[in-house]
Amino acid sequence: MSKNLFEKVWANHTVRELPSGQSQLFVGLHLVHEVTSPQAFQMLRERGLKVLHPERTYATVDHIVPTDVRERPFLDELAEEMMVAIERNTAEFELPLYGMDDRRQGVVHVIGPELGLTQPGMTIACGDSHTSTHGAFGAIAFGIGTSQVRDVLASQCLALARPKVRRVEVDGKLNEGVYAKDVILTIINRLGVNGGVGFAYEFAGSAIEEMDMEARMTVCNMSIEGGARCGYINPDQTTYEYLQGRVHAPKDAVFDEAVAWWNSMRSEADSTFDDEVTLDAASIKPTVTWGINPGQSCAIDEHLPAADGAGTAEAMDFMGFESDQPIAGTKVDVAFIGSCTNSRISDLREAARVAEGRKVTSGVRALVVPGSHEVRDQARSEGLDEIFKAAGFDWREPGCSMCLAMNPDKLQGRELCASSSNRNFKGRQGSPTGRTLLMSPAMVAAAAVTGEVTDVRSILN
Amino acid sequence: MNNESIRRQIAGRAIPIRGDEIDTDRIIPARYLRTVTFDDLGTHVFEDDRAGGDHPFDDTNYKGASILVANANFGCGSSREHAPQALMRWGIDAFVGESFAEIFFSNCIALGLPCLTAAPEDVTKLQSAVEADPTQDVTCDVAAKEIRFGGTVIAGQIEDGLQQQFVDGSWDALGQLLVDREAIATTADGLPYLKY
Repeated sequence: MSKNLFEKVWANHTVRELPSGQSQLFVGLHLVHEVTSPQAFQMLRERGLKVLHPERTYATVDHIVPTDVRERPFLDELAEEMMVAIERNTAEFELPLYGMDDRRQGVVHVIGPELGLTQPGMTIACGDSHTSTHGAFGAIAFGIGTSQVRDVLASQCLALARPKVRRVEVDGKLNEGVYAKDVILTIINRLGVNGGVGFAYEFAGSAIEEMDMEARMTVCNMSIEGGARCGYINPDQTTYEYLQGRVHAPKDAVFDEAVAWWNSMRSEADSTFDDEVTLDAASIKPTVTWGINPGQSCAIDEHLPAADGAGTAEAMDFMGFESDQPIAGTKVDVAFIGSCTNSRISDLREAARVAEGRKVTSGVRALVVPGSHEVRDQARSEGLDEIFKAAGFDWREPGCSMCLAMNPDKLQGRELCASSSNRNFKGRQGSPTGRTLLMSPAMVAAAAVTGEVTDVRSILN
Repeated sequence: MNNESIRRQIAGRAIPIRGDEIDTDRIIPARYLRTVTFDDLGTHVFEDDRAGGDHPFDDTNYKGASILVANANFGCGSSREHAPQALMRWGIDAFVGESFAEIFFSNCIALGLPCLTAAPEDVTKLQSAVEADPTQDVTCDVAAKEIRFGGTVIAGQIEDGLQQQFVDGSWDALGQLLVDREAIATTADGLPYLKY
């Protein structure tokens, strides 16, 4: 039987079958952050347990960190308490912590790949639903809750039911101005926000193979928004070139050995899947969400649908939109470029192409939050920070920021935000009545400089 | 495991939460994740939705309800265990719904909160019945895989292995995961990347 990557990784990591019918799965890399871990460490203390594999566990801070004034103690006492907790917990359990001033700090799903921690054929877990990002390397990566963080700390394992595997094939060439974000928003729109429940997604096809690693991360990142707990892409030369030379990547002869093993983990040409769907890359246009879940989206040149179902009506009521109105031309109040979906250097380059020589529209609040220290420094070395600042964007320090607004970066009142993040849920960006339109970073930059939702292709051309 | 962990059946009042894709940001807004415990989450459950008025969690008729009845993809979005923790601390002991998001479902298992799925028309029937008479007793019978209310019985689904864990009280996975440390070491030994 020819196996796909998911089946091989699952088999390699299965410790045993549990009485519940679930598998006990070994976790090769555990990433920890400040928000979902304090209770897990407390549970370990209460049960008198240690971390089984501290050398496979890495912690950073991203969700609550301010992106402007970074002095300690934080003005927000609750955030300060969480920082103190992760510092104390990682010291007590002897785990590496990449704190705010560490050059390795950043959004957990940005730094894992950057540091070469994320590698093909691994299982990865993190107390964050966007852990699916790491699937871009051909890893099987699960977002987990805090009790499961405790489980992984104590046993390096998870109890999981094996999902089915759906191959999502995107063939052909993406048009200019169309990005990985548009691809994944289109997939979610097509398959539904719960279409992936019970499935792992294998993203494949020539359009996916053409993508660089950062674009692949954007696609896998939002697997969870389509209901799939994980998504992955088979590793290839692009993957290996990205990994070579990174701090935690294997070196020299070991790297060659690793490549041989990574290649052996790829889905075989005749492997079978529980389901297969195909999309035509050339048909994908810049895509924008108009509702309150990431599946409620349309192409930039389309109109909103009729508010004929309960979900659609609720969304339009919340957003203040009407049936059949065009999405283009919608006025925005805020533009946010950042998040584990789209805060990497290629995202900032594309946004800067749009921002260069233009000005953020008066009255629009625009901010750029790089995903990590490394992204920030690279952007500075290319002069991207100056381009953004000259255009009137706020240039910030790394963190999750306004994606979920656990730090001081929040929408106010009913502000409408063009956002490169991953969720447009009610209240997601910090104001219970705030509204989010998800789109690619280049589209966010286009909205910032025109003051309204704009087809980025009209600016790039 | 002990008797306190056994979840053969949950009986009491039910509370309907209508709508598909009720995400975890709505169940517990992110600002309440700024805490190092789960202790105070119960009071903030659905806080922003409740600000709009007319929310079942503010309807005194549903006070004391222990079974939440949801539609499709309940608990989608963020992996925050704070969501089921908040519901549990408000008083919810079990869920019946058309479908549940996977991480939410896993988190519920970890907390000993059974989630039974049922056919959409059966879920609607249960929601309507509870809305018509919030005081009626509802039994979520995990052992029998059914939900009973008034004279009606609807089928509930849960995987056999998970059902058994709730019935015998062994749903806390960590004990099981630590049973065979040698097997963990053997699996680790077989993974080349741990030596890179």
